[in-house]
Amino acid sequence: MKLYDYILSPSCYKVRLLAALTGTQLTLRPVDFHPGGEHLSPALLALNPAGSIPILEDGELVLTESSAMLVYIAAKAAPEWLGSGDPAESAQIQQWLSFSHRLTASLGGARLVEMLLRPGDLAALQASGVKALRELEAALAVQRMKGDIFLTGSKPTVADIACFPYVALAPDGSIALDPYPSIRLWLRAVRALDGFIEMPGIHRLHELKPEPAKETA
Amino acid sequence: MSDPMIDEWYPVALFSKLDAAGRDTLLMGHPIHVARTGSERVAATEADGRSLPVRIRYGHVWTSLGEPKKELFDIPEADEPGRRLVDVGVVRVRCSPLRAVENFLDIAHFPFVHTDILGAEPHTEVEKYDVEIREKEDEVWATKVKFFQPQAAKSAAGGITTDYMYRVPAPTCSVLYKTCPPRPGEWDVITLFVQPLTEELCDVWPWMALYDDEADMTDLIHFQQMIFLQDRSILENQIPRRLPLDPGMEIPTRADMTSVAYRRWLKRHNYTYGAQLVAQ
Repeated sequence: MKLYDYILSPSCYKVRLLAALTGTQLTLRPVDFHPGGEHLSPALLALNPAGSIPILEDGELVLTESSAMLVYIAAKAAPEWLGSGDPAESAQIQQWLSFSHRLTASLGGARLVEMLLRPGDLAALQASGVKALRELEAALAVQRMKGDIFLTGSKPTVADIACFPYVALAPDGSIALDPYPSIRLWLRAVRALDGFIEMPGIHRLHELKPEPAKETA
Repeated sequence: MSDPMIDEWYPVALFSKLDAAGRDTLLMGHPIHVARTGSERVAATEADGRSLPVRIRYGHVWTSLGEPKKELFDIPEADEPGRRLVDVGVVRVRCSPLRAVENFLDIAHFPFVHTDILGAEPHTEVEKYDVEIREKEDEVWATKVKFFQPQAAKSAAGGITTDYMYRVPAPTCSVLYKTCPPRPGEWDVITLFVQPLTEELCDVWPWMALYDDEADMTDLIHFQQMIFLQDRSILENQIPRRLPLDPGMEIPTRADMTSVAYRRWLKRHNYTYGAQLVAQ
């Protein structure tokens, strides 16, 4: 599988992250998104007329939506990431995959304005981002009261991976996560997953590593 | 404004990406406009139409709000044949421009912020190194810096002990020289050029001149963006927001000698844009 990738793109990172968590091998093809604007080059527009990254190629299959890539990788390598198959749960996972696009548009948009100086109405993007975060906080608080840590149950699914990166990077768009305790606990739960990989701005949990003294002994 | 930083040169645009429509930006709180006026020509103007001096150097457009007393600092290595010149691209950071430079000068954070790339536990010790303010050049230099790195550069295959030299030739610019894995004996040049938008907001323009014939240009850009973006979230959370020039609540350790010299040099020149002067 070949991923057209950008190291700073949270949408590309979703795919890299699920691949790492499921032991799926990816061949990375870096795209010079910033400052080069290579995603708008004729070669990449031919592959994805929408002009977005990531793009995932597997043989004849070309996917241009990150949620579709997550579903594909999970179905191939680790179906448990698609949930138990219970109709309500499956529908909820789809619901969160759709919700993740709101996070991309709002939190991701604010991040591009604030960090890479892309054009956009920062105040409006931040306001819609905060609205989405409040919905997520409410849903995760309900999950906690049920004793579940992830979006649809006690185990993570593609829904968590789809929503995780833009939320974790909200501060890049000057949106603080301090008011959302359930979101912060959920972020920590994702970062604590076996096989978790980081991206710039999302650090690993150092405190969970073995103590250095024990490592050398 | 009596701050002598007004007479310094600052990066305000990536030359290769600047077009005739140009770019509206801020320099030390003043709105300015930078635009291309010819194939090798650019213009920078203030809001009232006053033209500002410009230079095109190291991939970037440089200007000054005041009257620069010195030419833009020299990086002799930039003109050496065979080096790949890498325009890394702008990143905005909500921090003091001086904080951005200070972080660039620090080695001790590598294992914790750039884990498994520029550093790794348990190799956290910063060995003794030399720091001086070179009077003739009027620059801060740190030399004989050594650090163990799992992946020092895009071109590094495994862990190596990397040699570093740091140089501060202007209050918001730093040049770093480090071991060049494909060419032992030569130094790779990695710079951090910081444009002060306000005292607590800056545009950072990293730039590199490397000996690396193998790596794809996009890989080189992404490697450096990855490193810098790992720093960004830390920089945006530093307290106090402005860089303290007087000893106060912070207690430097031996590893912070470069930072101490940088602050001393800033204070000596009264370079205070982005600095906190009264200890809290």
